Amino acid sequence: MRVARKQRRRLKRDHVVAFLMVLPSLIAIAVFVYGFIGYTAYVSMSNYTTARVDLSFAGLEHYITLLSQRRFQDNIRNLLVFTALFLSACLVFGLLLALLVDSRVKGESFFRSVYLFPMALSFIVTGVAWRWLFTPGDLEPTGLNLLFDQLGLKFLEGRWIADTTIWPNVEVSWLKTRLLVPLAIVPVVVAAVWQMSGFCMAMYLAALRGIPEELREAARVDGASEFQVFRYIVLPLLRPITLSAIIVLTHISLKTFDLVMTMTGGGPGNRTELPSLYMYELRFSQFNTAEAAAVATILLLVVSVLVVPYLRYNRRAQEVGE
Amino acid sequence: MSTTRFTRRQALKLFGMGAAGMAMAACATPPQASQPSQPAQPAQTAKKRLEIFSWWTNGGEADGLNAMFEVYKSLYPDVEIVNATVAGGAGTNAKAVLQTRLAGGQPPDSWQVHAGRETLSYVNAGQMEPLTNFFKEQGFDKVMPPFLLEQLKINGEIWTVPVNIHRSNVLWYNPKLMERIGAKQPPATLDELFAMAEEFKKAGITPFAVGGKDKFEASHTFESILLATFGADDYIKLWDGTDTMWKDPRAEQALLTLKKLFSYANSDRAALGWADAMTQVLEGRAAMTIMGDWAHGLGISKGLKVNQDYGWAPTPGTTDTFMWLSDSFGLAKGAPNPEQAIGWLKVCGSKEGQDAFNPKKGSIPARTDPDLKLYDDYLKASIADFGSKKLAPSPAHGASTTNAYQAKFHNILEVFSADLDEKAALEALREAAADNNR
Repeated sequence: MRVARKQRRRLKRDHVVAFLMVLPSLIAIAVFVYGFIGYTAYVSMSNYTTARVDLSFAGLEHYITLLSQRRFQDNIRNLLVFTALFLSACLVFGLLLALLVDSRVKGESFFRSVYLFPMALSFIVTGVAWRWLFTPGDLEPTGLNLLFDQLGLKFLEGRWIADTTIWPNVEVSWLKTRLLVPLAIVPVVVAAVWQMSGFCMAMYLAALRGIPEELREAARVDGASEFQVFRYIVLPLLRPITLSAIIVLTHISLKTFDLVMTMTGGGPGNRTELPSLYMYELRFSQFNTAEAAAVATILLLVVSVLVVPYLRYNRRAQEVGE
Repeated sequence: MSTTRFTRRQALKLFGMGAAGMAMAACATPPQASQPSQPAQPAQTAKKRLEIFSWWTNGGEADGLNAMFEVYKSLYPDVEIVNATVAGGAGTNAKAVLQTRLAGGQPPDSWQVHAGRETLSYVNAGQMEPLTNFFKEQGFDKVMPPFLLEQLKINGEIWTVPVNIHRSNVLWYNPKLMERIGAKQPPATLDELFAMAEEFKKAGITPFAVGGKDKFEASHTFESILLATFGADDYIKLWDGTDTMWKDPRAEQALLTLKKLFSYANSDRAALGWADAMTQVLEGRAAMTIMGDWAHGLGISKGLKVNQDYGWAPTPGTTDTFMWLSDSFGLAKGAPNPEQAIGWLKVCGSKEGQDAFNPKKGSIPARTDPDLKLYDDYLKASIADFGSKKLAPSPAHGASTTNAYQAKFHNILEVFSADLDEKAALEALREAAADNNR
């Protein structure tokens, strides 16, 4: 019994030491992360709407202004459409590429590098290059349209980043924005997928390599076809990695700024503008700090709605694992 | 033993110096100032300094700024000039950095701002000193056009010294294409403009090239049409911070005119910048474009000759008005070096300073007494017009709009360029009008 108490005391002392060790970083995070998040939320409810600092309380005024405004509703629509398209395309292409590379083709490492390479580029580079490709060139033929023209594939030519169509253009009485997909956002999605599907491939490849061959063998012995092996053995085992990929890609997509800034600048007519771009304009062009902070806070809420379930799922999975 | 201690101390010293240097850099002091030797000798008094903040980072603008610095140095040889520039975004990035510095209470001595109402944000925030008396002392009020002095005023005071003047209401055209439809002269009225556009269309030539990527192309085209529709006297009332003039039927008429112009233009406007649009005119793929006279600089840079390879005229319907925009410098409230800043502003407003800057930048002085020898044919004509015509301030470039309003104005017109919905645009313009007060 005395031994046990001694042990417990030592444990306690260990805890204190450990706590002291992490204390500096705890304080730093409390101040520089949570402190400033709190400050942003506070500013978003203030009257700091001009170059003059004015932190008097304004309540939820800016949130109401934003949410009832066509421009911000457009932003949210674009964000959701962009995220949905980007995410699904990335996962599908990532998985396909991973399966291709995993099929023990010759020069596997070469293909792996080729697919992964775009990820090494900055979104700025991607944005500028794809912008050239997707410029329709009404006056001076250029980009993809020029290529299609030369190949005799004129029917493939498009309006790309200058397309003002919103498909299927549904009006909802209580919304100012029109639904659902602004076609100009598709080229942006293509560029983003081009850049990020390699990352998805890498994740899936790691997961595929982690599936023991015995499992597949056993299924085959039981008479499963290759498709059934894939459907009932491989896919279920890929679920955890898919979830991780979804979370990583979603938060990349929610924070996208540079790609859209360089590729379309938000045009035509706000059809590709995301909240992050609008936030930049509000703060640095309009000097409206409070409204920009409100956009930031709304973005944070959207992100947490998506990330918190993941963290909880992760913890549960870990507990189960233990 | 002693050697180790010595090196250790030395290392510490080095580390300290490095840390001090980093701290200084972190305080946004420009690199020139953070020489590592400075923290080691704190006793030595610093040289006199002057910090000038601008977004003139390359090409003719940077050359012009340096030429002005030379003028300043010849007058005040003992002052070290700190050239704080932030590149990109037609000043947007610089404004962002400036905002951070002003909010942190560390203003540069003088910063670049579009002359006119754009200064209002800084004035309201109490970040600038009035310069009306300075203008009188220096006699600037005698050598700058009365129209300009009047339009520079905010709350009854002048706040910045305009260094240059650009003209906004210019129609650039391709003379060879004009010849092809048998037109002898550029159009002088909006009716003539659209009649000519119809001719171009029949001949299979795109009448207008219009951009949109840089955000201000649609609003830039619109300001000329507003001026043509309202006339100079009523036009100026559009920017008084109320929606009175926006309820005038002419406001909707102006939007409809713009819509008509767009129907004769390329439809991929959102994908082109102003320079792309101008290039199409220079290279003969479109007949005309409305753009400020920095487009002339683009023509020169392509080795083309004005009045020969490309022509210009005041935007139809605005022939007797000069729509101006201007870069200017003001005096920061609480400037670290006010004495030197005043010296800088003297150079900015002087004939010598303006004649050093403007030929390089490709703009004209805000004074009416420049040395004409230094300017090319286009700029000479522009100087003559500036001195003799009615002046109107440009909203798309901050001469008649605040930062808050300007950004909204750009966006409303950019949306109009895509949606072509004049009712929605008009409503948005009326709603935004009050933002021109903040």
